[in-house]
Amino acid sequence: MSRSLKKGPFICYKLEKKVVDLIENKKKTVIKTWSRSSMISPDFVGQTIAVHNGNKFIPVYVTENMVGHKLGEFSPTRMFRGHAGNKDKGKK
Amino acid sequence: MARIAGIDLPKNKRGEIGLTYIYGIARSNAKKILNEAGIDLNKKVQDWNDEEQTAIRNIINEKFKVEGALRSEVQLNIKRLMDIGCYRGVRHRAGLPLRGQRTKNNARTRKGRKKTVANKKKATK
Repeated sequence: MSRSLKKGPFICYKLEKKVVDLIENKKKTVIKTWSRSSMISPDFVGQTIAVHNGNKFIPVYVTENMVGHKLGEFSPTRMFRGHAGNKDKGKK
Repeated sequence: MARIAGIDLPKNKRGEIGLTYIYGIARSNAKKILNEAGIDLNKKVQDWNDEEQTAIRNIINEKFKVEGALRSEVQLNIKRLMDIGCYRGVRHRAGLPLRGQRTKNNARTRKGRKKTVANKKKATK
């Protein structure tokens, strides 16, 4: 079920503040965040956000197409290294 | 023979069912189209006269996205997911289910026919 429109999109207020600060100061630094459930709003476009995946921060460069998705969708929490015997996989 | 949206409709089916042979039109849309054109749902496809056929064609042209246009739209949506590298896109690339279903077994619709892996020899005790 989708979220009620009345509430508007969920964006962690701390994260939102940091992004707005960056835009005002016209700086570009990587913002670290644990808030995987935050929606990507149009303000985020062009910023790089490091999203935690439970282990480390994955840098996500936000493009226009990503607006409306959640940050967590771009920071996979599981790594599939391939099955035993599959030679070409299992790197990285 | 009724030819609508580049598809030959089956002659001896009821109009409501016949229209569902078009990609993008299922029962509910078929009903809407026929009601709007003022054609009885039970009338066979072969019994439609030319006026009725043009009426249906016009309605589909104006209000529905069918066949090639719809297919390409779906493909574009999938391509967008893959390009932005989000979870659903990754799952599309890997040919696995997107919505959190289990993949330990089943999920054969996405994964295709079973590919048997040679048995590993069991260690003797």
